[in-house]
Amino acid sequence: MDDGTENLLTLPLEQVHVDAGARMVPFAGYAMPVQYPTGVMAEHQHARAHCGLFDVSHMGQVILRAETVEAAARALETLVPVDVVGLGEGRQRYGFFTNVNGGILDDLMIANRGNHLLLVVNAACKADDIALMRAALPPLGVEVEVIEDRVLLAVQGPKAGRVLAALDPRADDMRFMDVGGLTLAGVDAWVSRSGYTGEDGFEISVQVSQARVVFDALCADERVALVGLGARDSLRLEAGLCLYGHDIDTTTSPVEAGLTWAMQKVRRPGGDRAGGFPGEARIFTELEAGAGRTRVGLRPEARAPMREGVPLFDAEHSDTQVGQVTSGGFGPSVGHPVAMGYVDAAFADTDTALWGEVRGKRLPVRVTALPFTPLRFKR
Amino acid sequence: MKYTEEHEWLRVEGDIVVVGVTEYAVTQLGDLVFVELPDVGRQVSRDEDIVVIESVKAASDILAPLDGEIVEVNEAIVEDPALVNSDPTGAAWFFKMKVPDTSAVDQFMDEDAYKALID
Repeated sequence: MDDGTENLLTLPLEQVHVDAGARMVPFAGYAMPVQYPTGVMAEHQHARAHCGLFDVSHMGQVILRAETVEAAARALETLVPVDVVGLGEGRQRYGFFTNVNGGILDDLMIANRGNHLLLVVNAACKADDIALMRAALPPLGVEVEVIEDRVLLAVQGPKAGRVLAALDPRADDMRFMDVGGLTLAGVDAWVSRSGYTGEDGFEISVQVSQARVVFDALCADERVALVGLGARDSLRLEAGLCLYGHDIDTTTSPVEAGLTWAMQKVRRPGGDRAGGFPGEARIFTELEAGAGRTRVGLRPEARAPMREGVPLFDAEHSDTQVGQVTSGGFGPSVGHPVAMGYVDAAFADTDTALWGEVRGKRLPVRVTALPFTPLRFKR
Repeated sequence: MKYTEEHEWLRVEGDIVVVGVTEYAVTQLGDLVFVELPDVGRQVSRDEDIVVIESVKAASDILAPLDGEIVEVNEAIVEDPALVNSDPTGAAWFFKMKVPDTSAVDQFMDEDAYKALID
């Protein structure tokens, strides 16, 4: 049967996933495991209750080096509205590349690994991100090194800390957004205590040639089960986290997206390094005056999920569209449909009653606080 | 039991045809989270979309396999869509329809032909 996975890039551990019974689907140019035989629902629940293992090697890993890590940070700050200079050694933070219109080109993780910065970017955007950095950063004395020979794994869930500490007790000393080196089953790994599920967990970068050893050591722990992209999506949606290309893109500003927490004071008006990133004008204007629309959580009140693209109206029989769903589906942990989307600022207050149109029918939906499930990061 | 190319099963009970989805269909769909069934009494035409089912990932339609009238629907799968995953050919039937002539069911595949289709 034609499953549409020809001519796709493959993960270094593809065969391991296929042997585990994964269903492979195209995603961002890669054949990716969307689910394993237990299915999305069980995988989602396993990550919330125990520990899920994800292969996210499709994501881009990029190292920035300069004379000093501070010089690399200063250069990167020309592309992101984030305090990179103030990011301490052994720490990571979330950020995004902006364009001249104040839209978001991609979201990413930035880690200070002592003598260099390590960036993790989205698979679908990585070619553009790399081109952007290769154009902008070398003139500022920064070398852009694309990492092609490392696998990226994530372990996520309330037992992830114990799972990793069983392989290297130093994992216990890490807290949320710490980065460092661990030795996992004899393999040197770059590890951060982070992830994209709302759970405690780690992201683990290891050389392709040694990846199988680490993967097998993690799988050997009975608390660990493989989790595919399907559950990764429902986990991050319940956690209220944005998926690039859906909840954020080049048309959405960080203010509209509710991501201003990721723009530290030092980069805002009045800060020591205020501005100096693409789209500063729009972003500063919106910081001051507010945005015309904003990203909100949405709780469909009927049983039907409201998926991406569902238009939102202010009343059951109104022609006035006030927003649109950007991500939606079923939340296995909360047991009901969950969604997020953008609404006009006047309709963004929590508990505002709206109507979503699903297959021609208007169904009630309520603006709700995000996340849907409590974030359980180890701070 | 007979099978359609749309992965529905049909079972004749007197002058009524009971319709559900196959084990194979359920495996392809994944965990179901939502089922919307047609109203009882509705006259439907063959290949008309009459059921919406949604898995965690996506929505799909189920077509009426024949012309006829919906005489009963299975509210149990609306209450608990996961029943479709656990017992697709038993407790999780979808709807019963009255058709002018139940021999119309004979045009569909038997089990061997259906197995050949999905292999």
